[in-house]
Amino acid sequence: MNDNLKPSSNIVIKFSGDSGDGMQLTGTMFSNLSAILGNEISTFPDYPAEIRAPQGTLGGVSGFQVHIGSGRVFTPGDEADVLVAMNPAALKVNAKNIKSIGSIIYDTDTFTRSDLEKAEFTTDNPFDELKLMEKVQLVPVPLTSLTKKSLEGFDLDNKTVLRSKNMFALGLICWLFNQPIDKAISFLESKFDAKKDLQTANIKVLTDGFNYGNNLHMVVSPFYVYKSENLEHGLYTSVSGNKATAWGLIAAAEKAGVQLFLGSYPITPATDIMQELALRKDMGVKVMQTEDEIAGINTALGASFAGALAATNTSGPGLALKAEALGLAVMAELPLVLIDVMRVGPSTGMPTKTEQADLQQALNGRNGECPLVVLAADTPANCFDYAFQAAKIALEHSTPVILLTDAFIGNGSSLWKLPKLADMPAIKLPLPPENLEKFTAVTRDPETLTRYRVVPGTPKMMHRIGGLEKDSVKGSISTDPVNHEKMVAMRRRKIENVPVPDVKIEGNPDAEILIVGWGSTYGHLISAIHQLNEDGKKVALAQFNYLFPLPKNTAEVLKKYKKIVVCELNGGQFANYLRANNNGIVIEQFNKIQGQPFTVSEIVEHFNKLV
Amino acid sequence: MEEIQQYTAKDFKSDQYVRWCPGCGDHAVLNVLQKTMAELGIQPHETVVVSGIGCSSRLPYYMNTYGFHAIHGRAAAIATGVKVANPKLSVWEVTGDGDCLAIGGNHFIHSVRRNIDINVLLFNNQIYGLTKGQYSPTSKRGAITKSSPFGTIQDPFRPAELTFGARGTFFARTLDVDLKTSQMIMTAAQKHKGTSICEILVNCVIFNNGVYGWISERETRPDRTIVLEHGKPMIFGKNNDKGLVLEGLDLKVVNIGENGISEKDILIHDAKCVDTTLHLKLALMEGPEMPIAMGVIRDVDKSSYEAELERKIEEGKNAKIHHFDELIESVEQWEM
Repeated sequence: MNDNLKPSSNIVIKFSGDSGDGMQLTGTMFSNLSAILGNEISTFPDYPAEIRAPQGTLGGVSGFQVHIGSGRVFTPGDEADVLVAMNPAALKVNAKNIKSIGSIIYDTDTFTRSDLEKAEFTTDNPFDELKLMEKVQLVPVPLTSLTKKSLEGFDLDNKTVLRSKNMFALGLICWLFNQPIDKAISFLESKFDAKKDLQTANIKVLTDGFNYGNNLHMVVSPFYVYKSENLEHGLYTSVSGNKATAWGLIAAAEKAGVQLFLGSYPITPATDIMQELALRKDMGVKVMQTEDEIAGINTALGASFAGALAATNTSGPGLALKAEALGLAVMAELPLVLIDVMRVGPSTGMPTKTEQADLQQALNGRNGECPLVVLAADTPANCFDYAFQAAKIALEHSTPVILLTDAFIGNGSSLWKLPKLADMPAIKLPLPPENLEKFTAVTRDPETLTRYRVVPGTPKMMHRIGGLEKDSVKGSISTDPVNHEKMVAMRRRKIENVPVPDVKIEGNPDAEILIVGWGSTYGHLISAIHQLNEDGKKVALAQFNYLFPLPKNTAEVLKKYKKIVVCELNGGQFANYLRANNNGIVIEQFNKIQGQPFTVSEIVEHFNKLV
Repeated sequence: MEEIQQYTAKDFKSDQYVRWCPGCGDHAVLNVLQKTMAELGIQPHETVVVSGIGCSSRLPYYMNTYGFHAIHGRAAAIATGVKVANPKLSVWEVTGDGDCLAIGGNHFIHSVRRNIDINVLLFNNQIYGLTKGQYSPTSKRGAITKSSPFGTIQDPFRPAELTFGARGTFFARTLDVDLKTSQMIMTAAQKHKGTSICEILVNCVIFNNGVYGWISERETRPDRTIVLEHGKPMIFGKNNDKGLVLEGLDLKVVNIGENGISEKDILIHDAKCVDTTLHLKLALMEGPEMPIAMGVIRDVDKSSYEAELERKIEEGKNAKIHHFDELIESVEQWEM
């Protein structure tokens, strides 16, 4: 262990640089190392839509924030204890989000006059200009020249040498946080297994970065983050929400004993789900990258009819394109999982940034009376559980299900206690009873109203499904007015029959104020509630994962509190939805529409004013 | 093994009353389809008929098979999903010129490019019937319709050209009234492994009556059309006295027995030829100088998309991970 360790329970580190500087890789490696060494983690990649914006400009800054801690870590953290700034633009973009008494490690080689100008600084002292001199400890390190020196004698071109400086920074950070680098080395060994020269070079730079901290006794003292002790014992990994979503579908298909089909079109920030599933030919997963979003969902509907667990993944603009086919899925009563990894809208909006503004589109964005199940996951790891649950509901109730995640939890990662298939709930396919006299497009379970599942290839049960209204008894097409009203009511009742767990209350049991959230805001809201309650404010949280149908206890819960405030990353869509469904209950709202998650401190501040 | 039962056309008829207009060309196509399926020994329960929106897209309701009457333009995508999920099924797509080539144009070209093993019955009547008479992507330039009262000012798509442009492996054509050729091309489509485009020229008695009258009349048809068959000379005419030859880069009609031309001078149809040049020339022949080509114009062997996908999955069986628990075991993990 290093001398003069600063013990700490929670630390936030932000790696920031040009989008070509390898910050996402550096951040991912560091968070995995931290988790392996026994810390809880939460991460948040924040990157520009441009693949390579002009070097050194504000628009090209790519960041990766890591929160590591010994206690429960629910969010990637508001402000950074340590900022690694690879250039002046990275410094400028992150200046607002550095803690007082925090540290900035920066590459002195990139703080030349022209670099400063590219980042739109007007003086020679960017720290003074940003009013950081009093607030933070500066750690100047000539990262570029040290990396060049480290790789002297290697037969590498200048570009490759410069691209290795992220490993120097990682080595330095490992030293600063008292983390041995052998795990990082073994990671690099496998990553560059096919390119031995790059493997050796990266390991050399990483090691030199670590030794630089160790030998030169840098002015900043290293941190020591206690190991987590209050976690449930077990095997863990670090997982992103998109990967967890993909694996939830895989688990559900195996549990149900059906094949998995994904029809998909690339769209930020949802594409990782397709790419993760495309890897799994060994498990028989069928993935089609189709010609457009519309074909993505329609191939899935075809596959669903033919017996697969069918899914399609997208983001807001894609959900708009898929609306028509969702209506068909409702009308034809076919199981389907649609995952919407929400991003900033309307239209193309800010594709890499997070928002919760697709809620109303998911609930209502179709022609006709068109109810379907809508769920939302709230952490990267539980995207797995909700993807599984979405598939279970779709298959068991012959209905489309929309699962809402977003750029924040889709790209972010958290610790995940590894599940076993045997521990997952059973999925029971709605097969018809054996004594049926005739099977038609509307033959259903009289109690749940679920249409029975019969797939092509089954003898003597041929039937025709489609988007036209059907006679509720005969299954043939019908324009009878009364029949239509009956079918509309039946389709709604069927979805309302889907069992939904009660919404839970966390926080102070005697609270007067209830904070209501849904989906990915959970981490920030629960952290804020812990802090508010520690400060003696009586606040509780109701976080919703089931958005349609709503939990049966919703009205009962809301009635208990004097003040109800819905916090969400949109203009008030869930608040309005609750108002419409809970006549007479006053519902206030607190919103943020900046393409960024809430910060814990802004929630705490808001409720401190209210209490 | 499951016993293969023999069926008749009647077994493929559903209990639904057929609601097309009396005299509509679609009736004949439906009857031929049911007859063809029965004679091919296709099992009704292993058959899926998928359609989009339009008059012809009502067809699945009249078939005693599995059926999916979908949404406008999307039949190709849905049929693709059905076939990929279960390659054992015989999958038929029923679509019209508007459904397939306007709103569904993107799905059409991409299904053809992928060479999914589906049989596409493209009912081409050059008009929107169900919405009562607007011009379609196959309406001739200048066509007067309800939405083009002064004539259209655009060229139509030619389905064969699109199919070849999308690297199609099968293209055939027939007339609604020509039951024999219709059955011949449907049979060939079912046997072909890949996307089989069957363009069926159908008459809309209400909004575009007689659009194919000049080739569909029993009297004049033999002289104005040519039914192509693989390996046979391109001979046509009421008296089988006309043939096609190449002159330079163009096709030309010649009279057998005149100017020293005998049957051996006539081109032999090669539907299996990979190069599309001659197939395109045949498919684009226009009257009155040239006969309209019917029959199987192109039928080229190439592996289909779903067969390739099954092969990849088969290869995957050599890998170590087949179950979810094995997938979980494969990740980097640590005890906490």
